[in-house]
Amino acid sequence: MRPNVGVIVFPGSNCEQDVVHALRLEGADAGLLWHGDESLEGVDAVVLPGGFAHGDYLRTGAMARFSPVMRSVEAFARDGGAVLGICNGFQILAEAGLVPGALTRNAGLRFLCEWAEVVIEDISTPFTGACASGQRLRIPINHYEGNYVPPAGAEPRVVFRYVDNPNGSWRSVAGVASEAGNVMGLMPHPERACEDWLGSEDGRLIFASLVQSVSSRAAG
Amino acid sequence: MTATRARARIVVMPKPEIADPQGQTVQRTMPALGWGNVEGVRVGKHIELVVEGESMQQVSDQVDEMCRRLLTNPVIETYSFTLEQVPEP
Repeated sequence: MRPNVGVIVFPGSNCEQDVVHALRLEGADAGLLWHGDESLEGVDAVVLPGGFAHGDYLRTGAMARFSPVMRSVEAFARDGGAVLGICNGFQILAEAGLVPGALTRNAGLRFLCEWAEVVIEDISTPFTGACASGQRLRIPINHYEGNYVPPAGAEPRVVFRYVDNPNGSWRSVAGVASEAGNVMGLMPHPERACEDWLGSEDGRLIFASLVQSVSSRAAG
Repeated sequence: MTATRARARIVVMPKPEIADPQGQTVQRTMPALGWGNVEGVRVGKHIELVVEGESMQQVSDQVDEMCRRLLTNPVIETYSFTLEQVPEP
């Protein structure tokens, strides 16, 4: 049975179509969920895509976290559902407290739009199960507020680190998961590295892991 | 019960232990303008709003909650605010 993944659209999201494409490449059914509707429509997994929800006003992700759909996303995450946040999606998950820490302005105060190499450190999440520990992925970054700050006095569960820290992130962190591991945020855009003509197909592994994980949960 | 109307003036600053590249950049711009005697530049934001409530205490409690839940990110920011009673429009 094909897993069904919901990709949330906030006013200002702009990567949702690319995420849907990347998910379909891995054999999932994927559709869009409007932020203003509370229902997740029975999806098997949720992705919060990149963009500029609410224009990044006040703080990036600060208002998106209170959208009606987020009430359902929070409950879904509490029940162990797989939730992936990419770039702005990571920022929204951090503001919502679904992953620990915060994303702040890049240390060099430049908007970064470039390739990045990340190392996978945790292969026990639903998003990295098809990867090897220590595996490197070449995935683009596209952000001004990707500088990760951990919560005071707590070690976050690090999933990805940059090989060359582009933005001053604490310990070169590029992605973290919740303590239980079913919620993950990462700043790089795997959906922009899902076809060889894009320059890299490395991002496919993240979506393949998710589809694999959700399929085996449904079967088991 | 007479309602209380108050204007809150809220100052939001990055926590001292958080790097503030915006403040550092502003500080680096100053010597060229002849101000080489400035240090510790940090940049935050100022928010103003008017709240109507039952009492100044209730208004203060609400502004505090608004700061904690929406207007600031407690992981990286601190805040303070003042309240000033304002007349009905």
